[in-house]
Amino acid sequence: MSPARAFDPDRLLDAPETRIVVCCGSGGVGKTTTAAAFALRAAERGRDVVVLTIDPARRLAQALGLTELDNTPREVAGIDLSGGGRLHAMMLDMKRTFDEIVLEHADPERARQILANPFYQSLSASFAGTQEYMAMEKLGQLRAQGDWDLIVVDTPPSRSALDFLDAPDRLGSFLDGRLIRILSAPAKVGGMGAFKLLAGGVGLVTGVLGKILGSTLLGEVQSFVAALDTMFGGFRERAERTYQLLQTEGTAFVVVAAPEPDALREASYFTERLATDRMPLAGLVLNRVHHPQADITAERALAAAEQLTNGKAAKRAAAGTANGAGAGPGSGNAATEESAAAAQLAAALLRLHAERVVQSRRETRLTGRFLANHPGIPILELPAQAEDIHDLDGLREIIARSA
Amino acid sequence: MTNADRARTKSDWSAVRLHVVTGKGGTGKTTVAGALALALAAGGARPGERRILLVEVEGRQGVAQLFDAPPAPYEERRIAVTPDGGEVWTLAIDAEQALLEYLDMFYKLGPAARALRRFGAIDFATTIAPGIRDVLLTGKTCEAVRRRAAPDAGRVFDYDAVVMDAPPTGRITRFLGVNSEVSGLARVGPIRNQADAVMRVLTSAQTAVHFVTLLEEMPVQETLDGFAELRNAGLPAGGVIVNQARPVVLPEERLKKAAEPGGLDRAELALGLGPVGLADPEVVEALADLGTEHARRVLLESGQRDLLAEVGAPLYELPLLAEGVDRVGLDTLAGELHRQGAA
Repeated sequence: MSPARAFDPDRLLDAPETRIVVCCGSGGVGKTTTAAAFALRAAERGRDVVVLTIDPARRLAQALGLTELDNTPREVAGIDLSGGGRLHAMMLDMKRTFDEIVLEHADPERARQILANPFYQSLSASFAGTQEYMAMEKLGQLRAQGDWDLIVVDTPPSRSALDFLDAPDRLGSFLDGRLIRILSAPAKVGGMGAFKLLAGGVGLVTGVLGKILGSTLLGEVQSFVAALDTMFGGFRERAERTYQLLQTEGTAFVVVAAPEPDALREASYFTERLATDRMPLAGLVLNRVHHPQADITAERALAAAEQLTNGKAAKRAAAGTANGAGAGPGSGNAATEESAAAAQLAAALLRLHAERVVQSRRETRLTGRFLANHPGIPILELPAQAEDIHDLDGLREIIARSA
Repeated sequence: MTNADRARTKSDWSAVRLHVVTGKGGTGKTTVAGALALALAAGGARPGERRILLVEVEGRQGVAQLFDAPPAPYEERRIAVTPDGGEVWTLAIDAEQALLEYLDMFYKLGPAARALRRFGAIDFATTIAPGIRDVLLTGKTCEAVRRRAAPDAGRVFDYDAVVMDAPPTGRITRFLGVNSEVSGLARVGPIRNQADAVMRVLTSAQTAVHFVTLLEEMPVQETLDGFAELRNAGLPAGGVIVNQARPVVLPEERLKKAAEPGGLDRAELALGLGPVGLADPEVVEALADLGTEHARRVLLESGQRDLLAEVGAPLYELPLLAEGVDRVGLDTLAGELHRQGAA
């Protein structure tokens, strides 16, 4: 229907060169489901796959056999193994992932101090960006482990799809940055004459931060930073390494969107960003697309519905009921009543069809606008479904139906 | 009591001055927040009598796009006027600007702010330090709620009500409750004081948190979870706004049978389509499938509606606008919200 190139997921998933598939997009467009469907498809076509989900709906998680956040890939039961593939799935536990980094990099005493620090506990559990950083971190770990030949990643439900790319660097820069050094060692710097000017700035900064945060919190931040001292360089480096992984061959991004203005706008930003950073975009998955089944225009359908409810045919039916035309009075009435009910049914469905046509037109226009800005991007359209997906069959059907 | 006040008291939320609108991503919370602001702005006795502020906290410029206006700078400006002269103003709150404004107001910073920025302290406070960003965003919102009008303005407050296009359901309790989180972290000090003041507004009867949902499993489940979390946190729960509700076109007695695969009577449909010359077998088949899909959706939706009723909050329903939401569509939705008592 659209002039767009078709995105063939099998070609992407079957290619042995494809090692990482990242599903991105704004919240509520079906990222997690798409990631799970892709992973299942790849596994049943013979690949050894792990899917990293961030915050799956309860029933989808159950379908994948994920009952708890335990940060460990679990093998998914109930898949077709005849192609020689396997499927593992895991849910990201961001706090535990953060703890693991600390434990790995600091000696036991320092690690204990860090883990017990109230500021660290807040940071690891609730910083806007920790989830993105830890998702990247986990991806890097899974890749380094090398147990799978394909990793499919779902991304956190951020306000913007770009957060997945930007937040890790932000956290990394902060943890390794100037401010942390200042907070951790104001006295040291202040002692050196050559840095008087800097020291002045430092005093100002700690002074103001103390005012804003209060001295207790500032103290906690400072002791957190002091304990973190051994890990300097580690965070940013790790974030950068994973970022580079995303730029290597073998990584493919799949942008997920729905045919709605907001979701397509986010997809558009993300597509531009991928191009800027030379990251490979495999295609756009357009979820919840509506297509009319019958080949009748909205205008014709509405006119016909109108005629059926108010036109001659309807009047004739009404008149038929009045003068009892037909073989016997009883059977005649029943027949006309029946045809009146049939006319009503037909009119209702014609109106429904007209609505569907209008919606489809709008979706086509919105998709067309996206394509005009990003020509040549392959698209996979997945039809809207009445029910949510919560079992493996449902996941299988998603891609099977589109093919 | 003016006429406007009388009209207003019919609303379920006449005492509320801060409407927080949340919802799962993709449910249309920005649209609903915009419609609610328009509905609240209407009904004044004279032009300019009612004035509503619509704030945005996620930096997406969604409100500007909704009203087809250029991106908003960090300042309050009028974005729409209702037919009776009520005004909707908007502010896209930016955490960094809010912090600088706050520092300037309380500490008369001046050049120090520049140093703070140079050392990454502003970045730290607005993007990294847990909770501080959220305190700044909710703090600025509460400031707008409490702000009194100039003595000669002929009104008590600058705004009759503030509508917040809030973060999604999954984060809303943490976002609003962050003040208690920060209070826990910062046991004394200015942040604590600010957080406590904000919390007093957020937990009071002048605030209501409304949930926007679709009649689908995931958003409904998130709404139920969101309500439970909100109540546990002692935050005032508002109404449930079902968005994009579709009209039911099949009579109830037909639904169950029609929902079964192939359950819609083809012969009957062909009979009905005959008089308009559309009884072509392909058309009959396509329309019958459409009918089955519709019936299944209606049954599913009615199950979801029952679940939502268990929340025990007022329920409002907004129709799906097949052509998309433009300003005319927003007015339609605003009218519905008013008619159903949401505003």
